[in-house]
Amino acid sequence: MGAPTSAAAPSDPSRRGLLSGAGALLVAVSLPLAGSRANAGRAAFAPNAFIRVDSNGDVTLVMPQVEMGQGVYTALSMILAEELDADWAKVKVEHAPPDEAHFANPMLGMQATGNSNSVRAFWTPLRKAGAAARACLVEAAARGWSVPAATCRTLDGAVIHDPTGRRAAYGDLAARAGAVTPPADPPLKDPASFRLIGRPLKRLDTPDKTNGAAKFGIDAMPPGVKFATLAQSPVLGGKVAHVDDAQARQVPGVRQIVVLDDLVAVVGDHMWAAKRGLDALKITWDDGPNGQVSTDEIWTRLRQASAREGAIAKDVGDIGRALEAGGVVAQTYEMPLLAHAPMEPVNCTVHVKPGAAEAWIGTQVLERVHAAVAKAAGLTESQVVVHNHLLGGGFGRKLEPDMAYQAARIATKVDGPVKVVWTREEDIRHDIYRPAYHDNLWARLENGRIAAWKHRISGSAVMARFLPPAFQKGVDVDGVDSAVDIPYDIPNLRVEFNREEPPGVITGFWRGVGPNNNVFAIESFIDELARQAGQDPVAFRRAHLDKSPRLRAALDLVVQQSGWGTPLPPRCGRGISVQPSFASFIATVVECAVDSAGEVALRRVTTAVDTGIAVNPDTIVAQLQGGIIFGLSAALYGEITLERGRVQQSNFHDYRVLRIDQTPPIDVHLIKSAEPPGGIGETGTTASIPALRNAIYAATGVPLRRMPIDRSLLAAKS
Amino acid sequence: MIALVINGERREVDVPPDTPLLWVVRDVLGLTGTKFGCGIAQCGACTVHLDGRPVRSCLLRVGSIGARAITTIEAIGATANGARLQQAWLDLEVIQCGYCQSGQLMSATALLNTVPRPTDADIDAAMAGNICRCGTYVRIREAIKTAAARV
Repeated sequence: MGAPTSAAAPSDPSRRGLLSGAGALLVAVSLPLAGSRANAGRAAFAPNAFIRVDSNGDVTLVMPQVEMGQGVYTALSMILAEELDADWAKVKVEHAPPDEAHFANPMLGMQATGNSNSVRAFWTPLRKAGAAARACLVEAAARGWSVPAATCRTLDGAVIHDPTGRRAAYGDLAARAGAVTPPADPPLKDPASFRLIGRPLKRLDTPDKTNGAAKFGIDAMPPGVKFATLAQSPVLGGKVAHVDDAQARQVPGVRQIVVLDDLVAVVGDHMWAAKRGLDALKITWDDGPNGQVSTDEIWTRLRQASAREGAIAKDVGDIGRALEAGGVVAQTYEMPLLAHAPMEPVNCTVHVKPGAAEAWIGTQVLERVHAAVAKAAGLTESQVVVHNHLLGGGFGRKLEPDMAYQAARIATKVDGPVKVVWTREEDIRHDIYRPAYHDNLWARLENGRIAAWKHRISGSAVMARFLPPAFQKGVDVDGVDSAVDIPYDIPNLRVEFNREEPPGVITGFWRGVGPNNNVFAIESFIDELARQAGQDPVAFRRAHLDKSPRLRAALDLVVQQSGWGTPLPPRCGRGISVQPSFASFIATVVECAVDSAGEVALRRVTTAVDTGIAVNPDTIVAQLQGGIIFGLSAALYGEITLERGRVQQSNFHDYRVLRIDQTPPIDVHLIKSAEPPGGIGETGTTASIPALRNAIYAATGVPLRRMPIDRSLLAAKS
Repeated sequence: MIALVINGERREVDVPPDTPLLWVVRDVLGLTGTKFGCGIAQCGACTVHLDGRPVRSCLLRVGSIGARAITTIEAIGATANGARLQQAWLDLEVIQCGYCQSGQLMSATALLNTVPRPTDADIDAAMAGNICRCGTYVRIREAIKTAAARV
């Protein structure tokens, strides 16, 4: 397979779905099965926005979700090719253009990739798209042979008529299939007859990633491109007051200095010229209102806010009476601000021309980028073409179009295309951060079981900014995700959400999103309740999972595979976490050792997952391995802090992440299931943080209640 | 003009001698397989070979290279160990987003060039400078061993 190409085309009018309900984003739009303009006239047969069949037999699948490493191009192609009965060897993939009418994510109501729902959201629409295309090809063959369509079958890109021994390749049928009206509701395959789904097929995007050929957004090289880098106010939200560029202009290769109200960009012949030019600028900043903001202030406000009652997201039984009975256990848990730090730093290339613009980027929100570039350039969306690329990691950072809006504003001042690349320091210091959270939990035990449970989540409401319909009556549906659907059987249950925005800090989604915080708080508290009840953490959880048989099965499997309960050396421990997040049922055991100085070494991770039908089982294993490492990085090191309005971390030396020499063996065990596919990309991150925390608890007896881990609390008492 | 030997070809570039090799290969010569990750030799995404040894091109000034041979990811498949590792990377499906993998493969190739049968400790020592945010480390370790076993 060659590198994915970009199907650039004007956008159709945008269409947004409505969201409602708590705890999950509901299916908001249905996708039209009619073709898109991007496909029109580009192949002999293009029955819908996702499929093109050329007369030479090539099958091009247009990807409505973006590839950021999660393997979605392969998984979505497998779903389409399965129902189409395409020849897998002839499948090519292409990035979708911005076109919300055809490529909106049905679970998000917008053209976005996130929340671990690509396969969940597109499972049925793509199966139908593939089946409808297949039906047209069969009909075309049947008409040509004057036989009933029902007597034909399909296999590996051909229609076959067994009674007469005839066979026609899809490529040869393509022209005639175009004349057949696709059925609106084609029959889908019985999963028992799947030939591609469920197999660990090789990924389509990886060969070019071994030899430098793969193109990420940062690799876009339109002819004549210039290179820019920029400085934003060190104090979040500050503005440019004055710029002395006399020395910068002397730097060889510097072509232009662009001063906007909130940034200064230097444009040069290459990134080094731009960087040296930037370093030579003397910029005076107006700090604005955030010059005194500190992490201490953010925490003080959040803790004060947590004393308020929150908006009720879930209320079962009579929590008031159940907690009045006395013997209440209360605890608090906190998660810090985090940066995303994808390996590909934030970047966007834009060329603004009279009456038109073109942009090159790797983004999770193609249509929002399209709109942002148009707005910045003072154009209509129909005048703007956006080329999406492979993403060098997303993790939620590329759910934001800020870098595209900014690059387009710079590009309006530059003659020709300009590639704006942030330094890693800008990337860390001007991220849109994962919120800090403070969780209060109260519970009462009765005869070794949880009789009452109250969970108050205090923190930023990302949805209120990102997708306002998902923030209703004070409840952020993401902020309470995995808390309102806590898997444990508890008769009296209340979940509250308490919105408190950090001053000066814009918050956004980060791998694991809301469940990350909630599963950490719940699974940490459960471990403490188990100890209070004098029970083994596994046995205590299991006793409360009667209504979650899939999760209980995952728990049983991980217990068996992890050696749970077998002896360990001193100051070593195993910790467990279970979660129903993203419609996957996962149980994870982390085994660690804590040395006398409080340093934590990872010994082993074991996880068991029921994710429903595993479209590509190897991708699921890989996502869990990677997600677990992402979470362990955050647990061991991740924290963004502010002083005087400035983010104090800047690069991988002070915003550390896990490296190979710290990475333990990670074993992933899949449970076979016929349920619809669940989400997977974020699950490992959500799972590993509480599992590590509980392993440390087991190893040392110290119940950590904040992340990242505080080694000073873990040092051996002499 | 500064003369460089990149992937067996002599190239002349008109840049100041303090320009890091990274920006010369990417922005001046258009060899975009070598990646920018941190700019301070913390992440290894920019790793290339200088006479077969791994170097972080983000800090290597072009004026200091002279006649030494530069190899980038685009040409590593022409070496026996490079090709073996590329194949092992695909066989074990190491790659996720892929952004760091040019650097990972360059570091791994350099390792096999000097230590044909690396132990876990050898792999840790050679590869700890290469960050992967997708978390492909478990498979990188396995793929290096697979490639080594195929010699």
